This record gives sequence, C-alpha cells and structure tokens, in this order.
Amino acid sequence: MKQFDYVRPATVAEAVAAAAQPGATYLAAGTNLLDLMKGNISRPDRLVDVTHLDGLDQIETLADGSMRIGALVSNADLAHDANFAKSYPAVAEALLSGASAQLRNAASVGGNLLQRTRCAYFYDTASRCNKREAGSGCDARDGENRTHAVLGWSENCIATHPSDFCVPLVALDAIVEIEGRNGRREIALDELHRLPGNAPERDSVLEPGDLVVAVRLPPAARGFAAHARYLKVRERTSYAFAIVSAAAALRIENGKIAEARLALGGVAAKPWRPRAAEDVLRGVAPTTDAFQEAARRALTEAKPSGDNAYKIELARRIVVRALTLAAAGTPARIPALPASPLASTSGAIIHA
Amino acid sequence: MNHSISLTVNGARRDFVLDDPRVTLLDLLRERLHLTGTKKGCDRGQCGACTILVDGKRINSCFALAISHDGADILTIEGVARGDQLHPVQAAFIAHDGFQCGFCTPGQIMSAIGMMQEAQAGNDPERIRECMSGNLCRCGAYAGIVDAVLEAQAGADESSQRRSA
Repeated sequence: MKQFDYVRPATVAEAVAAAAQPGATYLAAGTNLLDLMKGNISRPDRLVDVTHLDGLDQIETLADGSMRIGALVSNADLAHDANFAKSYPAVAEALLSGASAQLRNAASVGGNLLQRTRCAYFYDTASRCNKREAGSGCDARDGENRTHAVLGWSENCIATHPSDFCVPLVALDAIVEIEGRNGRREIALDELHRLPGNAPERDSVLEPGDLVVAVRLPPAARGFAAHARYLKVRERTSYAFAIVSAAAALRIENGKIAEARLALGGVAAKPWRPRAAEDVLRGVAPTTDAFQEAARRALTEAKPSGDNAYKIELARRIVVRALTLAAAGTPARIPALPASPLASTSGAIIHA
Repeated sequence: MNHSISLTVNGARRDFVLDDPRVTLLDLLRERLHLTGTKKGCDRGQCGACTILVDGKRINSCFALAISHDGADILTIEGVARGDQLHPVQAAFIAHDGFQCGFCTPGQIMSAIGMMQEAQAGNDPERIRECMSGNLCRCGAYAGIVDAVLEAQAGADESSQRRSA
C-alpha cells in the first residue's frame, strides 16, 4: 500500500475542501477502499476520514413521508431498522444479500453507492484496464468475461456495477444528496453512475470534493411495500456478487397493476432501470404472460460483451421470477437466504 | 507525522502513537499488543479469520484502519473468557468439534458471539449458516460450527428465560 496523508476534518465543509485537492479521496468504512489500496489499484495521496463527522448517521422520516438515510449509516443498521425494512422491504432484502455480516456491519450507505467494479482485470494491475488506467486498453474484452455487462457497455469497458443496494433504490426513484464545492445539490440515483462510453475511468458524475451526505426515498416509494422483492443469482449460496439480479415492486389495485418498478443489477456499469418494461405492466393483470412481455422489453437492447449471452436469458427469467414473487406478496419476514431465487416461497409460481 | 489514538482493548484502555497511518486494527493487535489470537488469513476481507467486535459489532479488522477507530471499544478472542471459565461459545465449539486445524476458530467464535448479539438468526440453522457466511473454514468444520452455535444459542435463550422468570 502506498503511503498517504491522513486528514480528519471536523465539518463537512472542511471535508469537501480537503477532498477537492488532487490525489485525495474520502475514507468511510474502507471495506472497498482498503481492499483497492492493498492491491495498489487505488493509490491516493491523502485520505479524508469522514467517519467522525456529526449528523451523517441518522435514519429520519421527513414530514412529507420521505425517508432520509445519512451516508454513514451502516448497511446492517439500515437493513435491520424495522421502520425502514417495513417500508422498503426489497431494499432491506438487497442489503442483506450483499457481502457478509461483518462487511455489512462496517460498510456505509454512501460507500456502497460508490464501490468500484469487481471486474478481475480492474483488480489485476498486470492487466490492461481503462477504468483503472485511462487509455491503457481492456483485457476483459477478450478475456474471462462470463460475468461482464450485457447492457450499456462500450468497447472501452464491459465492467458491471456490483451493488445490490442500488438496484431497488434506483427502482424506487431514490435521490442522492451531495455536498460539493458549490454547496448542496441533489440528483436522482439513476443519474449518479455513468455508462463507460469513452471515459470508463469515471464511475459517476461526482466532481472532486463531492461528498454523498444522504440518500432519500421519496414519499411514493412506500406505496410498493406490499409487493416488493429483490432476487439475485450468484455463483455460491451466500457472500458473492450478483451474476444477475432484479428488484421488482408493484402497486396492485383491484387485481390490476397500477404501477410497476423494475431494475436490474449485474448487467451494466450502473443499476439498470428498464422503464419500457415498467410501462407494459401498467393497468394489466399480474399474469405470467404480462411478466414475460415485460422481461422481453427489459432486455431488448441487451447484447453479449463476450462469453455472456447466457446472462440475457438469465436476466429475463429473473425479471419474470422477481415480478411473480412480488405479485405474490412481500414475505412477512426476509427469507433465511435473502434474495435467493432458489428458496421456495409457498404459493408462488417460481418456475414461471 | 505521528498520530495518537486510544482504544479500549478487552476492557483495558491502551494509548498508541502511530508513525504510519496505514496500520490496520488487525496489525495493531498482533504486532503492537501481541494479541495473536486474531488471525491474518487473506488480509482482504474475504475469509473472516480477523473478525473482532468493535463497539459491540463484528467486523473484519483487516479492513479497519486503526487511526480511524480512535476511541473504539474492541473485544478480541483473548477477552471473551472469564479467567479459566470459557465463554459459552468457546465451550460449545469444543463440545461439537467446531474446528479441525483451528486457524479460523477465533474469527468463527467472535463472529458467532457478534451474531448472537445481533439476534437475527435465532435457533434456525439455515439463518445461522447465512449469518456466518463471512467466516471460511478450509477444514470444512461447518457442520460442527452450526451445532456449536445452536447449543450456545440454546444456552443463551435458557438463561434469558431464567432471568425473566
């Protein structure tokens, strides 16, 4: 690990000023950053430790019914907050399907959003990687790329965003509050992560010094609590990143879908929100035919970036299953194996 | 630049001067305090051998910079027994052969203690397996580990019933 200067700011304003300097980066729990630094993938000159800042660790319900989550709330504390889990069950399930209990206890909400890809070529400093070193090339393109992107990729980068948490958040129109050099602003989480294009070294639209201070779920996000699931296919039962995942949330009125939300994980450099698929579900009955049509629409633009054509069909099937399980109703308790598509749920058609 | 931090480690306050901000809690415990029960397995957050409790919560100490944890209350495997009396989780691991080579065991035990305090898994073996998935055991003692946790949990449930009776 390269040597670095350590700075512990007393206020958010001090933090932003310190982190706006070239070579500086924020340190929260460090569960991704320390890994990257130990592997020499990230080589910051200065760490700006935000973990001692006041006021960033609250979970608050606002007057309009929004919920505001401070960026330093841990993944575990958020998932186990009873009010949060009841209001946004798919988000709690996604959180509990990610990483391990130890990592969830440490990892922060803000850090989860900003974690880097787990592409093996990004991690291997002997490989060419445009995300790690702009302009160096992409060894994943002709390498082991079974798990790489099938949507939104470019010739320069086929990496995926690894977060589970972000997938249902994007489906629920989450908003990110950012403190920067020009003060406070907010953007839709869907606008935070960038597709690679010609600049895969830039994961997000954040500028130097920008600090994620909170994530907010708008009032309408509560309307899906009765019919919401997150499903995640992974290569081992637990403690693995998604090959493909899907968040599905429905508002069902009088036997018809009043509103549908859908997002996919593990398929692109950002959580993927297929709005055309949501549109076909509006006003129709929650049937397998309707879900299959939505799944078809969701993957219309998909194309393999290597040996991963299977992920397109897998994604379609996970969309159908997530919608089917969401329609059957949010389980009273998060299953023992959160987000597992292999767990049985009584009364649900799981082999649709 | 030197940085001063203080930690409470297994109940005792300890002060440190760090001449390098790169030192992790794992390395601080092992190299400065010679508390070598906390193991360095992968050093990359994948194996769980370095699990300790920080302010009552289990974390991977390999990913925790000591300098960032100024003021933290730390519990390691060396701090869980009371004199010669083993912690109930330690005793249950022995009773159920929850280990073979023993390298992952301190991390498994700290993780199990943390998990029981989290109170999410209860006495459901499937939930215990899921909640312990951050601790790898190369010898494959998982069946014994789950049995040990079930017994420790049953003992904890019994004593809490006695207290409330």
